[in-house]
Amino acid sequence: MSDTGFLAILIQMVGSTLRVSTPLLFASLGGLMSERSGVVNIALEGMMLIGAFAAATVAFVTHSPWLGAAAGMGAGLLLAACYGLFVIQLRADQIVAGTAINMLAAGITPFLSKIFFESTGSTPSLPLDDRFQSAPIWIAWILVIVCWAWVNFTPTGVWLRFAGEKPEALQSAGISVIRVRWCAVLASGVLAGLGGASLSIFLASSFSRNMTAGRGFMALAALIFGKWRPGPTAVACLLFGFADALQIRLQGVVLWGTEPVPVQFIQILPYIATVLVLAGAVGKSRAPGALGVAFKKG
Amino acid sequence: MMTAQAAVSAVELRGISKFFNGVPANQEIDLQVRAGSIHAIIGENGAGKSTAMKILYGIHRPDAGEILIRGDKKIWSTPAQAISAGIGMVHQHFMLAGPYSALENILLGVEIANSSAPLLKRAFESLARPVDRKGAKARLDRLADQYGLRKIDWDLPIETLPVGVQQRVEILKLLYQEASILILDEPTAVLTPQETEELFSNLKKLTKDGKTILIITHKLKEVMSLADEVTVLRAGRVVGRRAVADTKVEELASLMVGRKVNLKIEPPSKPVPRDPVLEISDLHLSTAPGRARRVHPLEKISFSVRGGEVVGIAGVEGNGQSELLQVLLHPRDFSKRNSASVAHATGSVRCLGRVTLNERTRLRAEEIKLLGVGVIPEDRHREGLLLERSMEENFLLGHQKRSAFSSKGFILRKSLRESALRAIEVYDVRPRVIDLEVEALSGGNQQKLIIAREFECEPKLLIAAQPTRGVDVGAIEFIHRRILEAREKGAGVLLVSSELDEILALADRILVMYAGRIVAQFNRGEASEQVLGLSMGGAHA
Amino acid sequence: MTFLRSRIFRSLQPLLAVLIGLVIGLLITRLAGENPWHVLKILINSAFGSRYDIGMTLFYATPLILTGLAVAIPFQAGLFNIGAEGQLTLGALAAAAVGCVFPDIPWPLAPVLAVLAAFFVGGFWGFIPGWLHAKRGSHEVINTIMLNFIAAGIASWVTLYVLKNPESQNPETKAVGAGYLIHHFQSFGDAPLSSAFVLAVVAAILVSVFLWRTVLGFQLRAVGQGESAARTAGIDSGKMKIIAMFLAGGLAGLVGVGEVLGNAGRFRLGFSPEYGFIGIAVALLGKNRPAGVVAAALLFGALHKGTSDLDLETENVTRDLSLILQALIILSVSAVGLWDWFNKGRPMVNGGRT
Repeated sequence: MSDTGFLAILIQMVGSTLRVSTPLLFASLGGLMSERSGVVNIALEGMMLIGAFAAATVAFVTHSPWLGAAAGMGAGLLLAACYGLFVIQLRADQIVAGTAINMLAAGITPFLSKIFFESTGSTPSLPLDDRFQSAPIWIAWILVIVCWAWVNFTPTGVWLRFAGEKPEALQSAGISVIRVRWCAVLASGVLAGLGGASLSIFLASSFSRNMTAGRGFMALAALIFGKWRPGPTAVACLLFGFADALQIRLQGVVLWGTEPVPVQFIQILPYIATVLVLAGAVGKSRAPGALGVAFKKG
Repeated sequence: MMTAQAAVSAVELRGISKFFNGVPANQEIDLQVRAGSIHAIIGENGAGKSTAMKILYGIHRPDAGEILIRGDKKIWSTPAQAISAGIGMVHQHFMLAGPYSALENILLGVEIANSSAPLLKRAFESLARPVDRKGAKARLDRLADQYGLRKIDWDLPIETLPVGVQQRVEILKLLYQEASILILDEPTAVLTPQETEELFSNLKKLTKDGKTILIITHKLKEVMSLADEVTVLRAGRVVGRRAVADTKVEELASLMVGRKVNLKIEPPSKPVPRDPVLEISDLHLSTAPGRARRVHPLEKISFSVRGGEVVGIAGVEGNGQSELLQVLLHPRDFSKRNSASVAHATGSVRCLGRVTLNERTRLRAEEIKLLGVGVIPEDRHREGLLLERSMEENFLLGHQKRSAFSSKGFILRKSLRESALRAIEVYDVRPRVIDLEVEALSGGNQQKLIIAREFECEPKLLIAAQPTRGVDVGAIEFIHRRILEAREKGAGVLLVSSELDEILALADRILVMYAGRIVAQFNRGEASEQVLGLSMGGAHA
Repeated sequence: MTFLRSRIFRSLQPLLAVLIGLVIGLLITRLAGENPWHVLKILINSAFGSRYDIGMTLFYATPLILTGLAVAIPFQAGLFNIGAEGQLTLGALAAAAVGCVFPDIPWPLAPVLAVLAAFFVGGFWGFIPGWLHAKRGSHEVINTIMLNFIAAGIASWVTLYVLKNPESQNPETKAVGAGYLIHHFQSFGDAPLSSAFVLAVVAAILVSVFLWRTVLGFQLRAVGQGESAARTAGIDSGKMKIIAMFLAGGLAGLVGVGEVLGNAGRFRLGFSPEYGFIGIAVALLGKNRPAGVVAAALLFGALHKGTSDLDLETENVTRDLSLILQALIILSVSAVGLWDWFNKGRPMVNGGRT
């Protein structure tokens, strides 16, 4: 392999890594919001899915990717409101409710696509002009920086962290834990919705059934890998994105022998890495103290 | 000016009542607190002290009655409103987040008092205007100077600071918020006598500066040495109000429990020493570097307990008592080979003739229990009971492998039921409904159930930790009598308690634990409360 | 007595939740321009209308009983098993692998071997997060989710590269030997209802006996109720959790019996319509008790079968309605605050905003 050929492949890989990791970035920032406030968010997957659907639909109708993205955020927000109602207000188990929200999204999206487009679970294909070219990448990285600054250096960022670490302290300081958590969960829905949008109108050209294919969970894994901190989480998203890009690049490629490379093993690397991190093999990951614990006033 | 202040109370509660699920926690509480005074609120566990203060602080909303602050009627439903009226509270369990710095913990609530903008708007605003850490630190240093409090390193994570310092952070948090009325809930529960002294002198300085202090406690001596006035609560009602100068400990004690109490129980007969049932020699516990700072290390612990005697371990909580119990009961968890362990123990322990811990052996918790060890755990809710299960299943807990209750891996339900019914009769657990979930029982009855269970098989070694915590007076007498009975029957008892009265009444020998070591040893009658108190504070260390 | 009242209420709660979920779900079909009554009739007719339909309902209920148990047992030990999907995938793969590699083993022995393979491989996949939780303190929810993806990757590799069926374009393995196929019930027409259903029900009975009559079961439940209390009583909580997760994985693995030995005769990639996740709903609705799990599995099996005809019989509603209905039922059964409110007849007591 010549040097220039290698360089070309490298640039191509960097490009596709950045692209593929963008939905993950949005979703894991969303996860960060919610989990730092003490609400486990398994429902990221569903919020992404419904965001992807809404974005593709609205972009198709309005021919504007920006309106599509806004719709994706709105749909994520709506689903997050539903999630918040159950886990914050009605103190449902966060894992159970999250699973249910994912099912709901998986059921609602083909249900609606049937009504809107007479199809079983996909939206019509978008022309190139109605899609994003590179904007989501920039937005995602700007959000990473904003999120980092906000969580670490602002009073309301401190509230978010206390809501997840010691909610009683926040309440005692005169700040409503319930409200902080509501805001965080809604923000997480918006971000996850945006992540879904960047999947359907940036990486792909339409919505298809179950198109998130576990990316919400992967975002969650990146969040844990990044120890619930914005910077490392972004790096984890890049790593996972790289594994994904590599896997796509190597599909069907014969590197040695006669058989193509079994890309499944590259595909599962991020998940194995997360398990190892959680087991403390690659540095200790410490979850927020009150993560997953419903807060009852009084 | 002075007279005007004296005329209006800084805090006044009028006819406050509060019900939880229909059960009264406070009924018609009246309370007046003079500005610039220290007012103690005393009462037994469950008398409603904390509830009343949480109402004053806006955490609970009263079902009836009103709150007046400096004469103004206030109705509030969140702490934010109370804070802006100048009220601050140090809770019994500190409201501090361990991994974050002292500074962040203090700054948490500052913006509250002067902004009523919606949360989302404030989130955007605060992005544009990050926290001024330098200015905040300077102001905190000034505050500490002004009130004569010792300084703190503001940037260290809270969990690395000693408890006394954490409490100072809590107080500074209130001063930073410019609170003028300070509520302290059981502030001395976790402090050494020396730290308590420092706290009290700090509080007195604060009142000189015009602050008003309410302190919840159940320690009468503290009331006498610190407070100006005292209000006594019993079963959710105010039963007395006194100026401290006009009252005595005995009077307060009888108001608190509702009858003349005889604080001494009859001295038990001389111990008949038998063979040792527990021998600990040179036990060390060292924490693995960088892990779990919450585990207190132990150093050079050696003592033994013989059959037929009660050995009491006195000490302020958090000086290694819990760790000692954990090592005795779960030696495996503190082995170097166990990768999940946060600390490892060395030395040797013999329990009823078997080595349970040395360099080579670590018995499993189950094996130790089966040697004939009864345990009354420190935290009855967490360690002693399955709260959502029936009394019957709780009675089985820990005995599930005994041949009386199981055969070939199956539970013998009939004999279990018979024994459980008999035991709750003998140990007077009420109500006598064997299928009732344990969480429905009162604290005293829950403890009696644990005692029924642990005494059922006549243990030869009884480890009793804080056996009467949160238990009513009647049950205390009952439990003390049972412990002494077990001793008469030849059991060795290791009693760990932070209540000096309990130690003095029951123990034949007293060991004092301080900073993870045994710092003093006394026989019955050798030590006065004062001497013990000094040792507990590390005076003999 | 109030405690008696609240007990009766607690046992009625799942029924109420199902009712709420169904009502909301059917109202949603109204939005799609269908008549909810009509949809309901299709659901019931399609689930119970004929012997075949009943057979299919039971066929769908079979894996749900097993995955429901696979969630319920760890729950009793205080763990949340979201990994039934991965466990059943590998269990089924193992059953198929045994059948492909040793096709000539004769009948009574062959299925027994396959059942054991499915149980132990699934069990191993449950053991991993159990062990990681007990020994390394890592959270089982995240680990089981991760292991689901890892299992999917492994299954995909084995199916496409190792045991690929050369005669088919579908992602599936070669067929298992003839001696592996298990008994089909004749009275349900073409429904592939096999003895696997009996196996599942027997498993539920055994689990019930295990949890409530044996010492080990008592210890396991004690850990779930109060880990510290159990430890103080000398119970090895880590061991109990590992046992719970192993059993759960094994039971989930048995899903492969009905699918591989009783239905397809091979492992097909993606055969499970997320039985593992529906198992969470089944366990929750069944209050984590085996009898409840069986009942809930039958209900969800009926839902699954009932909705499968919606594609054909209605204009706008698809079988995806079953996902929506399941989600709504889970949500309504899990809303603690809601049930508090129902039970006490007034809004959340400490909320204070009456």
